[in-house]
Amino acid sequence: MKSAISCKNIIKRFGEHTILKNLSIEIPKGKITTILGYSGAGKSTLMKHFLGLVKPTQGSLTVLDQNVPTLSDDELRKFRKRFGMLFQYAALFDSLTTYENIAFPLKEFTDLNKNEILERVKELLTAVGLNEDSLYKLPSELSGGMRKRVGLARALALKPEILLYDEPTTGLDPITTKMVNDLITTTGRTENTTELTSVIISHDIQATLKISDYIAFLEKGEIIEFSPTEEFKNTTHPTIRKFLDLTTH
Amino acid sequence: MLAIKNVFNKFFEIVGENVLSKLEGIGSFATHFFSIMYWTFKSPYRIKLFIDQLYFIGNKSLFIVALTSLFSGMVITYQTYIGMKVMGAYTLVGPIVVLTIAKELAPVFSAIIVTGRCGAAMAAEIGTMKVTEQIDALEVMGISSRQYLGVPRVWATMVALPLLNLVFLFVANVGSWFVGVELLGIEEAKYYAKLKEFVDFNVLLEGLIKAGVFGYIVGLIGTYHGFKVQGGAEGVGKGTNAAVVWGMIVILILDYFLTSLLVRLLYDYGV
Repeated sequence: MKSAISCKNIIKRFGEHTILKNLSIEIPKGKITTILGYSGAGKSTLMKHFLGLVKPTQGSLTVLDQNVPTLSDDELRKFRKRFGMLFQYAALFDSLTTYENIAFPLKEFTDLNKNEILERVKELLTAVGLNEDSLYKLPSELSGGMRKRVGLARALALKPEILLYDEPTTGLDPITTKMVNDLITTTGRTENTTELTSVIISHDIQATLKISDYIAFLEKGEIIEFSPTEEFKNTTHPTIRKFLDLTTH
Repeated sequence: MLAIKNVFNKFFEIVGENVLSKLEGIGSFATHFFSIMYWTFKSPYRIKLFIDQLYFIGNKSLFIVALTSLFSGMVITYQTYIGMKVMGAYTLVGPIVVLTIAKELAPVFSAIIVTGRCGAAMAAEIGTMKVTEQIDALEVMGISSRQYLGVPRVWATMVALPLLNLVFLFVANVGSWFVGVELLGIEEAKYYAKLKEFVDFNVLLEGLIKAGVFGYIVGLIGTYHGFKVQGGAEGVGKGTNAAVVWGMIVILILDYFLTSLLVRLLYDYGV
């Protein structure tokens, strides 16, 4: 299977602290992969490496066939357009309406005219299960779940090849959590987006087991397990077993 | 002996940490400055954002600048009149007041007002965007946050302040004329004759140059403290406070050095 992201022996040090220790992982293209781990395990740092926001101290990192650490600032900016990201709290621009938030990347990076942008925004809004009533509302007028949907619509606007989710269900009630999980699954598995690679950072084990094709477990800067979900469930690794048992009971 | 050694070690440790932290601050401010300069000349040029910011800064500060300048002009005229009358040179009140306002008060007061209102707003807005990951969202989209948020604010402040400086100067002079001529009875013809004698274009230019430089600094400091915010609401509060405090301190210090430079460049006073 072809990899969307390939990390080989990555070491990342900040001063005297080593955050990632000889980390290697091949994230398959077109699949939903979740990176699990305790807080402070290095999950966010790893995600920043994928985007080129942080460079590894050592090791090689290839994302979508690009050698990320060697890209210049301008190349990195172009490269990041191939990503979409759903932030933990959606990170919507709070002075812009739903329409303006979703239209933002379209206005910045495409030649679409006003009507075409409006049509695309409506299309994206429908795809994430929202109706046109919320089109001209500000983020402060939306619920947490709606904000996540708008954030996802914005992340999908430029038809990304990799969609990153940072703790997508943190702080949400069970019903909204299910809705977000369904949305991740639908987005990741929709027929016309079979090339879309989804990478989720989470410590919500129950959601992870339901929605992921592959699961990686990161501990103290190292991947200690990376396998398809069914195999992962039966792992005998003591740390992961402890994590699984603690969070599923 | 060991105790004395420990005290010395501790002393140098604290001093060293402070020096390093200050140097780090200077370094990160310099990086911000160069980043703003770099992104200024890179497309896309954010003209609309620049105009929005220009309107925001000008509009937000206009009333308070006008009000402050009116009463500043009036009170300075009053005080100067009292002093000059003792020496029998009260006809010089007009030029003294105009020179004081045009060269010093208008640029410094306008800059302090803009620091308090807009420098603080910039730090708070950018800081809030930072803690709510909106800046990360921009970067992930491939948009430079310094270019999108920093550049329009810095240049808009630089353009807005000279304009506010002109407003300050005009309104303060109206106040000065009203108190001097209408209330204290200085003959209008003498008032204008002395103004003509002592005030020239360089006086206006000095104030405008100062206002422009102060504007750039206020914008730079406001945005710098916004981008530097860490943590949550407390971090935003600290950033906003630092933007105002440092903005005012730097304006007042810079004023002396700018004055001594401009005096040499614009006038032939032999200093």
